[in-house]
Amino acid sequence: MNYRTIRNIKNQFFMMTVIMSAVLVLLPLFLIIKFVFTQGMSSLNFSFFTEIPKPVGESGGGMKHAIFGTMYVVFLGALLAVPIGITCGVYLSEFRKSKLSKTLKLTIDLMSGIPSIVIGIFAYLVVVIPMKSFSALAGGVALSIIMLPIIIKTSEEILKLVPDHLREAGLALGLPRWKVILFIIVKGNLSNLLTGIILAISRASGETAPLLFTAFGNMYMSYEFNKPMATLPVQIYTYAISPFKDWQRQAWAGAFVLMILILSMNLFARYVFLKIKDKKGN
Amino acid sequence: MSSNSNDEKIILEAKALEAWFGDFQAVKGINVHYFEKTINAIIGPSGCGKSTYLRCLNRIHEEIEGTKVMGEVLLEGKNIYDKSIDVVDVRKRIGMVFQKPNPFPTLSILENVVIGLRLQGINKRSTLLEIAESCLKKAALWEEVKDKLHSQGTSLSGGQQQRLCIARALAINPPVLLMDEPTSALDPIATAKIEELMNEIKRDYTVIIVTHNMQQAARISDYTSFFVYGKMVEHGLSSDIFTNPKEKQTEDYISGRFG
Repeated sequence: MNYRTIRNIKNQFFMMTVIMSAVLVLLPLFLIIKFVFTQGMSSLNFSFFTEIPKPVGESGGGMKHAIFGTMYVVFLGALLAVPIGITCGVYLSEFRKSKLSKTLKLTIDLMSGIPSIVIGIFAYLVVVIPMKSFSALAGGVALSIIMLPIIIKTSEEILKLVPDHLREAGLALGLPRWKVILFIIVKGNLSNLLTGIILAISRASGETAPLLFTAFGNMYMSYEFNKPMATLPVQIYTYAISPFKDWQRQAWAGAFVLMILILSMNLFARYVFLKIKDKKGN
Repeated sequence: MSSNSNDEKIILEAKALEAWFGDFQAVKGINVHYFEKTINAIIGPSGCGKSTYLRCLNRIHEEIEGTKVMGEVLLEGKNIYDKSIDVVDVRKRIGMVFQKPNPFPTLSILENVVIGLRLQGINKRSTLLEIAESCLKKAALWEEVKDKLHSQGTSLSGGQQQRLCIARALAINPPVLLMDEPTSALDPIATAKIEELMNEIKRDYTVIIVTHNMQQAARISDYTSFFVYGKMVEHGLSSDIFTNPKEKQTEDYISGRFG
């Protein structure tokens, strides 16, 4: 064997390894989608969206209350996380070199690494115990802590893409810095900031652990922020570990709905973000 | 300086002005004054500190991290670096046009022109429209954009964008307008248009322009300063500087022997 063939074999071996690992990574994702799709589709029907659970033993029923609950709790979370998150992102992007900014960055990196169950315990301590009840609000607080680092990071990155000469143009017009930031930098990028919010919402919508002992769960429709509330992930969890065939099928349907919801939000956010990058690129 | 300068009013004056980037001193002890309603060119080789000097005149230099300015800049006799002076007021009185046209990308042509006023709290639509029209006319852009005031500012060509930026700067009506190589990114036709409008706005404004283009300085300016290595080598009537420079360095630069 001459030198060249040995080199070719090595080359092909390397290529194969790289391709194999790529396929290995893609495989689970496709399998998950396939499983949830086939199992979920067969269990899904119209009443899933329009009815609340039937008592054990009775067939039928749906997860209307949990779909609504997820939206409700995530909305509460976003209500808390969006204003704080965007403001922090603005601070990080516009005051990059300050000491506080560096500390904040480190804190946010650490924050995004906190196990979500710990965030749940935290919300339990600061909201559930003082209020003496599991509540949608407690769930919202827990989810807002999940959302915060994502919103901060993405808004910081988006605002950093704004070229400095636009800030100078604003300042040179005799505008105070806060007006330049608020009315030129932030206002000019509102739709882009929305991507970060959507990403955070899609991430929070799928969280189960922080909701287990905050929003807790509910078998009935609830509209109250200070009462326990059902959410899709927790409802799926409860049904999936139950011994009842009917409930397990509902759990598949719930998983399917949740997955479609999150995937589409994610894809949308990514699409918008790519478009921004293209525009900024030229 | 020439004899007729006696009845002209000094509007802006730099005294022992120095500027740093960290430890690097970019501007070294500049002393000069500018007369009202004149065009003043600043020429010199790349990296000679002329842009930095210009950016000291409206205090935008200090927006860059780690920079420092010493000395005085007097606007109508008052030092703009005085602690009692609000930097925002300085920039309202000393406008700036940048090297690269930089209209705000999400705003329409009209909004771009009036944004400075609008964010100062002037919201009356008829007033804003009136000012926008007059400023776009001064910037020689009105005829080209009057039918599409609501399309995006960035949809215009480079030269039009730069004239839009000039209109935007004029809208807040600053007595002094700084221009940092405003035509270096433009083609000759767009450049000619801007030079033409500068001659028009000279009636109402004092213009200080940094330029790489000596012919441009000779064509449009009343006075010219020549900068090398952060120092002002020579300042005087443009007609003198370009025909009969006092300094050897100026002569070498103008005749193309260096720079």
